[in-house]
Amino acid sequence: MVDILLISLHNLHPSYGMLLVYGQVNAGDHALDKNVIELQGVYKSLPDHDILHDINLEVREGEFLTLLGPSGCGKTTLLRLISGFDEPTKGRIFIDNKDVSGLPPHKRHVHTVFQSYALFPHMTVYENVAFGLRCQKVALAEMEARIADVIKMVKLEKYLQRKPSQLSGGQQQRVAIARAAVNRPRVLLLDEPLSSLDYRLRQTMQIELKQLQRKLGITFIFVTHDQEEALSMSDRIVVMQEGCIEQVGTPRQVYEDPQNLNVAKFVGEANIFEGEITHLNGNNQVIVSILGKARPAKSRHHLVSGEKVHVLVRPEDVRVWAPAEIEDAKDMFAGSVEEVIYKGTTVDLMVRLENNKLIAATEFFDEDDDRLEYKMGEKVWVNWTPGWEVILPHEHE
Amino acid sequence: MNMSNPFKFFSLSMVWLWMFIFALLPFCLIVISSFMKHDHLQIFQASVTIDSYKQLNNAVYFHIFEKSFILAGISTLLCLLLGYPFAYVIARMHGPWKNFLLLLVIIPFWTSSLIRSYALIAMIKTKGILNAVLLGLGILHEPMQLLFTNTAVVIGLVYNLLPFMVLPIMTNIERLDTRLVDAARDLGANRFTTFKRVIIPLTAPGIIAGSILVFLPSMTIFYIPDILGGAKSILLGNLIQNQFLVAQNWPMGAAVSVVLSLVLVLLIGFYLWATRGSKNRELLT
Amino acid sequence: MMRAAKLPTISYLSFIYLFFYTPIFILIAYSFNNTQYSLLWHGFTWQWYSELFNDADLWIAAWHSLVLGLAAATLATTIGMLAAVCLYRYRFLGRHFLNGLVFILILSPEIVTGASLLLLFAMVKLPLGFISLLLSHVSFCIPFVIVTAYSRLISFDKNIFEAAKDLGASDALIFWRIILPLLWPALFAGWLLSFTLSLDDVIISYFVTGPEFEILPLRIFSMVRSGVKPEINALCSVLFAVTFCLVLLSQLVLRKKA
Repeated sequence: MVDILLISLHNLHPSYGMLLVYGQVNAGDHALDKNVIELQGVYKSLPDHDILHDINLEVREGEFLTLLGPSGCGKTTLLRLISGFDEPTKGRIFIDNKDVSGLPPHKRHVHTVFQSYALFPHMTVYENVAFGLRCQKVALAEMEARIADVIKMVKLEKYLQRKPSQLSGGQQQRVAIARAAVNRPRVLLLDEPLSSLDYRLRQTMQIELKQLQRKLGITFIFVTHDQEEALSMSDRIVVMQEGCIEQVGTPRQVYEDPQNLNVAKFVGEANIFEGEITHLNGNNQVIVSILGKARPAKSRHHLVSGEKVHVLVRPEDVRVWAPAEIEDAKDMFAGSVEEVIYKGTTVDLMVRLENNKLIAATEFFDEDDDRLEYKMGEKVWVNWTPGWEVILPHEHE
Repeated sequence: MNMSNPFKFFSLSMVWLWMFIFALLPFCLIVISSFMKHDHLQIFQASVTIDSYKQLNNAVYFHIFEKSFILAGISTLLCLLLGYPFAYVIARMHGPWKNFLLLLVIIPFWTSSLIRSYALIAMIKTKGILNAVLLGLGILHEPMQLLFTNTAVVIGLVYNLLPFMVLPIMTNIERLDTRLVDAARDLGANRFTTFKRVIIPLTAPGIIAGSILVFLPSMTIFYIPDILGGAKSILLGNLIQNQFLVAQNWPMGAAVSVVLSLVLVLLIGFYLWATRGSKNRELLT
Repeated sequence: MMRAAKLPTISYLSFIYLFFYTPIFILIAYSFNNTQYSLLWHGFTWQWYSELFNDADLWIAAWHSLVLGLAAATLATTIGMLAAVCLYRYRFLGRHFLNGLVFILILSPEIVTGASLLLLFAMVKLPLGFISLLLSHVSFCIPFVIVTAYSRLISFDKNIFEAAKDLGASDALIFWRIILPLLWPALFAGWLLSFTLSLDDVIISYFVTGPEFEILPLRIFSMVRSGVKPEINALCSVLFAVTFCLVLLSQLVLRKKA
């Protein structure tokens, strides 16, 4: 079916065909519309409040999905509902199109990698990995083959006879993953597995985990509160707050096109301006009045003239200019530098605008460019490239 | 609880069954029989009365209670005075010495307390070692009559029960956050004030736990007053033993036991009140 | 490492330790003293030990105590271990009550426990002897096993049980393959503790003992009441040495596996 489509598109224009192929490869060699997990109207409630509120989610086969949110947003609870350690108060969960309500964890074909790894301290690496297979009474020959396979994938062949206390944190984590993966679950659930590792190790493990997921071909559902981690590892991100799903999208979508202020503020930094639409120019182009200046902008949302909006500008999109460099400043905002923070690869500036608003600007350090030598209190001009901002309908905070 | 988890079902059943038959039921029997009439022909009859409790109200029994409380109180105090510094020093130690010294404390704890009390006799009797040493050093001019006195009983109680005071206090002090002590010193408190206003209140749970573990047994270990205090030394433990096994007055023995249990409940209640809000309890965790 | 301890501290510690051990050392010394009543040293002798050795009644009582101790310790450890595991792993009706009950049993005066058990046996008309002793000893040992086992259990990462369930293990399997291997040092300590508690128990045994089954502590008690005798010195020294070895053994085993 897809092949026919490809050929016909290719006839229209060669590049269309290429785009379609590229799009398919990127999403993995899997059926794009097959959902391995579906949550419908899921609630988890306590007498006085809801931990999870009306969760509807589809998890696609073979993807690396991240549940991202601050502590207490319900992401771990959601994981536990999927794995079967908790039951939802309302709603249904489907794994492979089967309703799993009431089904105990080991019957669900999903396995969990715990934050503390939870390796059995008195068993060797081999025995830990073999545990699930032994419970299922897998034949010895097959068991040994599968264990050898998965151990090779996590590169722990030399450590089979060691006990967990003799392994490093990163190695323990790989054993935990091997132990879960060797049982060939449909989905692997990982509950903040990298949070107890130090910075460098975490960076390394992020890459390793991503590679491992591709090699294993299993769907991963990954829980974290670290948005950088989510952005760098995921195929899709589910941004959660206070028990609700705020947005589901690819890292790029979530970062560049946040659907509301919560998402915008949690994933990356954002400067938020209050503005009012003054003109609609069609084709998603609008003129918005910010701090008295009329600026052109783009917006996907359906807006009307006079509507109040929030305008989001990421710090790295803000451009800061010394007065000497600018002749015509009518489109720019005047401000003074309040704080200069040198961060190695970037310089962060906190600029106080005329209406007392404080905004953050991140400039990439370029030694040839002495624009970045700002002093505290120095007067500057601030603007950004039109189109790089995000317009959101006004929300009450 | 259905059979989806046979292990849980069988374990819990066995545990509850045992606890019910051998812990709850016997105690109920004590309470019930304390309200029964005593008859020399039958051990007890089934008619409810508070005779036993009324009898407790007379001077003889009252004197026994009073003496038991006083001796137990003195023993507890002595254990506290001797044991607190000891526990403090050991708790603050580090290194291999600490384990060794701890071991030396635990060994007497595991030995039969009867044997240790007997060992005391040789020490404190009139022709015993203690008198010999004191006479030899010239501190005494004639031997002390220690054996078969209240003092001997107190010495015996302290000797046997000191580890029970030391261990809870030591556990408590080990968990003491030394940074609090440092903070107090940093803010200008001298050693005495720090001790009085920071260390004592913080270690109070351990002190109370240790005191409970010493006070109650002091009143009820009947063989210590028996062999060190002689026939005229009757504390609550001896009273109960006597009523049950010699006088065959089980309701009376039960009544005294009930009163003793009430004392226990009061002490536990006090302990719980004093440690309310505390995450680390030495007892009743 | 230990800094140079101050003199008052050292002398204070020494005083306390001397206080603990002097009576015992004197007892041991006198067990070798070649005299019956005198305080003075009359020469070294094994006489009292050989009298001890030849005292048949004492051997019988010792044997009884040993059998009782082994049986009571094993039963108490089994039941106590299951109780500790249930308290640790499961939420069930009356959980907090059971928890409190365990501590109250530990704090309860032995004399009340002894009297109450006597009432129980009288009520069911059980003749006093080995069975009544065994049941009583197991009952007072169980709380100590529970506390020992429980305090070890709470040091585990709770997640390993969820991981095991996740991988398909039944509760029985979790018990045999995961809990037992990890718990056994605490169980050994609990067993040893129960064994010594049973061997040394005087008060509870006094209430529930029968004429047919004499045990050692009660025999010692009646011997002691009739006065100081060198034979008792020898007996106590032997028992002290046995306990000492048991404590050392337990510490060595536990230290290795800690």
